[in-house]
Amino acid sequence: MAGLVAQGVSLAYTGVGRDTVALEHFDLSVAEGEPVAIIGPSGCGKSTLLLLASGMLCPDAGRLLVGGKEVTGPRLATALILQDFGLLPWKTVFHNAALGLEVRRVTRAERRERAMSSLARVGLAEFVDAYPGELSGGMRQRLAVARALALDADLLLMDEPLSALDALTREDLQDLLLELWRQRRHTCVLVTHSIEEAVFLGRRVIVLSPRPGRVSAVVDNPRMGEPGYRNTSEFYERCVELRRLLAEEGAVGALVDRETGRVEVGEGA
Amino acid sequence: MRGWRRKTIGYIGAAIAIIVLWQLGALAIDSRALPGPVPALTAFSTAFWSDLAPHLAASTWRVVAATALGTVLAVPLGLMLGRSPRADAVFAPLVFLIYPIPKVVFLPVLLVLLGLGDASKIVLITLIVFFQLLVTARDAARAIPAGSVLSVRSLGAGRLDVFRHVVIPAALPDIFTALRIGTGTAVAVLFLAESIGGTSGLGYYIVDAWGRLSYDAMFAGIIGMALLGVVIYELLELAEARLCRWTRVER
Repeated sequence: MAGLVAQGVSLAYTGVGRDTVALEHFDLSVAEGEPVAIIGPSGCGKSTLLLLASGMLCPDAGRLLVGGKEVTGPRLATALILQDFGLLPWKTVFHNAALGLEVRRVTRAERRERAMSSLARVGLAEFVDAYPGELSGGMRQRLAVARALALDADLLLMDEPLSALDALTREDLQDLLLELWRQRRHTCVLVTHSIEEAVFLGRRVIVLSPRPGRVSAVVDNPRMGEPGYRNTSEFYERCVELRRLLAEEGAVGALVDRETGRVEVGEGA
Repeated sequence: MRGWRRKTIGYIGAAIAIIVLWQLGALAIDSRALPGPVPALTAFSTAFWSDLAPHLAASTWRVVAATALGTVLAVPLGLMLGRSPRADAVFAPLVFLIYPIPKVVFLPVLLVLLGLGDASKIVLITLIVFFQLLVTARDAARAIPAGSVLSVRSLGAGRLDVFRHVVIPAALPDIFTALRIGTGTAVAVLFLAESIGGTSGLGYYIVDAWGRLSYDAMFAGIIGMALLGVVIYELLELAEARLCRWTRVER
């Protein structure tokens, strides 16, 4: 239903003096229900790809298909979670969670039911009347996830959703995202700067080259989602492999020993 | 409730401090033109219902009506200019040509055109409030982070939804600040307008008492002016507390 296909997509931003090519002849195919992580150096067009997939931008050339239909504007069952969570500080937790339903003209009773149940799912049921300013970073991220859940989205697009969180909160939220995916099996495209996050949440990890963005490598990660995967040697090996690929793209370099291929696995790229 | 008690105590304390300083000033200057607080407050309480109240009511009506009118006209227009570069390109030069002119210079024109009654005063104050709010609303709408708009648009929101859920609430705190400043200016200009034309309002009352050399009554009018200011300020506080609850949450 909600697989994502990009066919020969190009997009350039018009800037002062010169244009910046974000994506050029970009191809990608994400199967329905597949969790994919996209990683690459800054400015490789990762965020642009998500904006295109969510219908917020139109490609200069090529096309994007979601569930077999060409994307021409925001789609009802696509949820986009941004880096700064996209919460509105003047709305309570409840109204933030219900916002997507409200602009889609869902009836009040159904809004209430769906928002409350999605807030309960992310553990925010007790905070419905609080404002985002009263929440911790992790709770705000949970709220952003609840908003996507309330939409009953079958395609979840996430742009570095956890990058503002501390390491512990971040693992906690990664577990939550994985758990939700296990339960719902939605199609999921996660853009991240963190190697471990990509390996933890992507059944396929796609490495992009710098501007203009192209797929430079794909790492298959079939054991993703198995209990305790984070602590296996295979998880570690995937991280190492990914770091080497990124080093070749010039995204990381300092931490790679080129002779032995040994890599320090740390937080972020 | 605790807030109310603290506020009441604050006002009582401030009133006592002013009365003490006033008494000291009156003693030091020792002039008929500056009566002490006792004769002034006596004149205020005796004249209030018989004489002062209708003037206070007239002034309050003018400020409230003009502020409401100015807000209703300026805020939607200002927010629209702030969000639409094309409309802004056309209207902003017009606004900024007129904005620096002190609106009070139009008082003679308005008195001639609209007469000495309510209309001329309300229009003058509306002009003042209008321009202050227009500029504030426009700037507030321009300053809204693109991310807030993007996240709501990605949920499928149209232009009107973006206004309702993002632009208006984001600009409200700034609009209340502009209202506080604007009404302050408005009361000052109202005094001038009422003292020049007409036979009602606190401005008329004060200048009339001055003409009769009745300084106690004049100060009763000044106390009325202070009350007017407090009432407007507190009404705005109340409205802001209701509409902008999120700015008062503690982290």
